[in-house]
Amino acid sequence: MTDVKAKITEFLAGHFKNHDLADDEDIFASGYVNSLFVMQLVLMIEREFAITVEDEDLDFANFRSVNALVDFVSRKRAVPVAS
Amino acid sequence: MRVGVESLSDRHAKAMESFLEFTASRIAPYAGDWDNARRLPRDVISALGEAGHLGALVPAEYGGSGMDLIEFGLLNEAIGTGCSSVRSVVTVHSMVCRAVQRWGSREQRERWLPRLASGEWVGAFALSEPGAGNDAARIGTTARRDGEHYVLDGTKKWITYAQAADVFLVFGHDEGRFAAFLVERDTPGLTVVPIDDVLGTRASMLAELRFTGCRVPRTALLGRVGFGLSAVATDALEIGRYSVAWGSVGLAQACLEASVRYAGERRQFGAPLIKHQLIQRLITDMATSVSAARLLCVQAGELKSADHPDAVTAVWMAKYFASTAASRAASDAVQIQGANGCDPAGSAQRLFRDAKIAEIIEGSTQIQQTTIASLVSQAGAGED
Repeated sequence: MTDVKAKITEFLAGHFKNHDLADDEDIFASGYVNSLFVMQLVLMIEREFAITVEDEDLDFANFRSVNALVDFVSRKRAVPVAS
Repeated sequence: MRVGVESLSDRHAKAMESFLEFTASRIAPYAGDWDNARRLPRDVISALGEAGHLGALVPAEYGGSGMDLIEFGLLNEAIGTGCSSVRSVVTVHSMVCRAVQRWGSREQRERWLPRLASGEWVGAFALSEPGAGNDAARIGTTARRDGEHYVLDGTKKWITYAQAADVFLVFGHDEGRFAAFLVERDTPGLTVVPIDDVLGTRASMLAELRFTGCRVPRTALLGRVGFGLSAVATDALEIGRYSVAWGSVGLAQACLEASVRYAGERRQFGAPLIKHQLIQRLITDMATSVSAARLLCVQAGELKSADHPDAVTAVWMAKYFASTAASRAASDAVQIQGANGCDPAGSAQRLFRDAKIAEIIEGSTQIQQTTIASLVSQAGAGED
């Protein structure tokens, strides 16, 4: 979990110049991101954590903050237990 | 005359050979006629479909060719050497395929992808409007929810192949929340108005789309409301830029080949033009730019294949460099041929007009310049 958070924080630091982003701060309300940000974010998440962001994942609640992103990645990486 | 890229695999080299043969037999000989007629015959679209080129980005499970991004790039380069109007159709159709594959539900993929891959249906990308081009967030087309339907109202403009496309990927907004919809051509409330005689890619059959109370079912929504621009359009536009970048390499390659051929045959002042040093300089710049553009395209393709975040910047760079290089190459090709370069029966003037379009579509040169600066500034934000 710490590793996930560290990678997400490192990526976001590149987009938030001179601004320390709080873990629960709304990324999209900050005004620091441009129109390509979502795409870069999706690419990073898919590559770093070997998951696929799918149609049903397109919800701003999943991408809104560092904490939301960590939760989202954790849910996507959870392997269902065979019944 | 084509300087290859050593890192490409034998499979890619063979694929390129096949794409160039297809272009030489099915496209290049007719490009001038199509340009003059301002239209592409459906049989060339059928030929593209039969060859698997319209399903380039569609996985095999849906009937596509399942090309990797380098192979797709090479396809665009090859077609770009023959006819930028055909390449434009491949571009926008592939953007629609990509969007359905990337963001569509299983039902949407099963409905659309086999038809799109075979060429039975051709897709067009409908984002631009009379008042919104590069500034896509200004689009005025509305998509109002009405029970199990959305109602579209607004006008799209400069839509490639819209005169003949069977399905449109249309972007609108519901009170500022952007969404993407797959709209079939025969949907009531949609009117297609042809735009002819544009400067370049004249055979790409542009049209204006007018939506007046156009009702589409909820199942036409691609992706989620709120992500129409930031996910669906942005991702598709990246494929579009990548396609145009490679197509520009092809166009510039065609300029180079025509220039070398002409300069070798044409004699002035007792010697072939190629022996004149000022012509040599033009040829040298052209050849070097073509190779540099091709390498940037390969770089973009490799990074994009690896889902590397730097792929975003690399694709913008490839499109910026390749399209401007193509524009210079086409201008110089006309210059080398002089009056013959202006001859409507020759290809140089068409290449010149088509190259200008490559500098405008999928982000103008100026948008490339500002965006690349922004992207590299972000990348260096944490560095001293």
